[in-house]
Amino acid sequence: MTTNTNLNLRAEVKDLSFSYGPKKVLNRVSMPIYENRITALIGPSGCGKTTLLRCFNRMHDLYAATNYDGEILLHPEKRNVLARDVDPMEVRMRIGMVFQKPNPFPKSIFENVAYGLRVRGVRKRSFIEDRVEKSLQQAGLWSEVKDRLPSPATALSGGQQQRLCIARALATEPEILLLDEPTSALDPISTTHIEELITELKKDWTIVIVTHNLHQASRTADYTAFMYLGDLIEFDTSDKLFTTPRDPRTENYITGRFG
Amino acid sequence: MSTAVLQSERAQVLDMRANIRRRQWVDLAFGVAGLLALLFALLTLLALIIDLAMTGVPRLSWEFFTNFPSRFPERAGILSAWVGSFAIMITTACCAIPLGIAAGVYLEEYASKNWLTGLIELNIINLAGIPSITFGLMALGLFVYQFQLGQSILTAGLTLGLLVLPIIIVTTREAIRTVPNSIREAAYALGASRWQMVWDHLLPYSSGGILTGVIISLSRAIGETAPLITVGALTFIAFLPHPPVMAEFPFLSFQWLKDPFTVMPIQMFNWVSRPQPEFHVNAAATGVILLVMTLVMNGIAIWIRYRFRQRLKW
Ligand SMILES: Nc1ncnc2c1ncn2[C@@H]1O[C@H](COP(=O)(O)OP(=O)(O)O)[C@@H](O)[C@H]1O
Ligand SMILES: [Mg+2]
Repeated sequence: MTTNTNLNLRAEVKDLSFSYGPKKVLNRVSMPIYENRITALIGPSGCGKTTLLRCFNRMHDLYAATNYDGEILLHPEKRNVLARDVDPMEVRMRIGMVFQKPNPFPKSIFENVAYGLRVRGVRKRSFIEDRVEKSLQQAGLWSEVKDRLPSPATALSGGQQQRLCIARALATEPEILLLDEPTSALDPISTTHIEELITELKKDWTIVIVTHNLHQASRTADYTAFMYLGDLIEFDTSDKLFTTPRDPRTENYITGRFG
Repeated sequence: MSTAVLQSERAQVLDMRANIRRRQWVDLAFGVAGLLALLFALLTLLALIIDLAMTGVPRLSWEFFTNFPSRFPERAGILSAWVGSFAIMITTACCAIPLGIAAGVYLEEYASKNWLTGLIELNIINLAGIPSITFGLMALGLFVYQFQLGQSILTAGLTLGLLVLPIIIVTTREAIRTVPNSIREAAYALGASRWQMVWDHLLPYSSGGILTGVIISLSRAIGETAPLITVGALTFIAFLPHPPVMAEFPFLSFQWLKDPFTVMPIQMFNWVSRPQPEFHVNAAATGVILLVMTLVMNGIAIWIRYRFRQRLKW
């Protein structure tokens, strides 16, 4: 595994194991997450990509019979977000997430983006308005919705809804942005749109993205981790992983021999 | 292909057609039988309602609503009965709605799923099916004898509250279960607490279903008679409960909660059991009012459900 010393670490996964009840899904996964870089998680369906991603913001704590062990250290303070004494709410306020299927609230466009601030008790109208506009701009949605902020978010198209969900996550300026196959439910044009957006977001954010689209990973991600049956097989820069994979399983996967 | 094979295939097709025709016959026969059953049920109901309306509607007048019951049927009215029904509905709503919604939300979103909550769930569903007079007996023991609340509007309201509580709990749970899990996860992922998720999302998005349950439970409560007779409703009341507002400080009064009461179905029952046919007309008129109120409430419930379903898309 290559560790790049020229880059700042934003987070570090250390010996993370996970199981749903008796079913072991992650085996001692370790990997770095670099600041202002895009890290992609790839691998065949069911290998544990979503499970790993949802460990970052303690989503698993919402459900019974999930067990995990290991550390995810949030740099620079090196706080272990998986520690029992860290409140999951704190973790989720610091690490944002966008889901596979767009899930806007059945509220107005404005209220969707503002909700993260409202949760934090922000009341100042002008501040919320500024932040909503900024987030929608960053998500590339502002020009399309600026005239209809009070209209329901569910009336937007699928691609617009997903960008709204990205804006909603950005509005609270999370330290890391998690994206779980954000384009898998979208048409090719919306997909391209969101891929460009993600590349753009790298300037200001650290991004971890799950994808089963290898082109998407090689086009957008700086680093890629290949997972297989709950093991992290290979982690490297996307350039190296896609051109000169070291593990035969990685090679088989990226050349389409299984998947 | 030989002709023998062709012929056997043709025979098969003919067979198949005969079989289809036979099954279509059965289809038709059931269709007709079902329609007849439906018509029979509907027409019987319609005849009953028309009969009730023809007897009762001519008796309806302003005085019928503003007169107390009387020995003289033409002077008797339902003032104390509808005021009693109204006061009890308010009491029932005030205790059963918050309790029922809170219990439903707790069971669905907070309680961990184990054998104890399973047992509680089972019991709530069973409670909804218990004969209402049983609630009357329990309430007589608990509210009248144990808590000494008397044979009052408060006792009656609490009794009907208990009666409809399971309905509200069950419909609340069903309503919040229709909110997709992805919405819960979206709220939690932004750092919402469980209460923020419930208050900002679950309750608003399921309010249509919850409101429907509330209205249906109240329309059930308004027609209940047996448990109220059990806890001691009077059949002849010629005065009104204390007014809820006063001229002097603190302006609000809850004295009416301790007053004796009667309600519309009991007034109706009382009139039906008299020998004079004029009283039966009064009973029919009261029945028409109850029927209309129930229909209106259920209509509102259906309308609310329809509106919310239109508005919410996931
Ligand atoms: N809630 C769950 N309960 C039990 N098993 C689960 C649950 N979610 C996922 N799994 C299992 O865990 C494994 C990894 O799932 P997941 O992380 O969703 O894979 P991926 O995102 O890579 O397709 C799969 O075998 C899946 O069947
Ligand atoms: Mg997945």
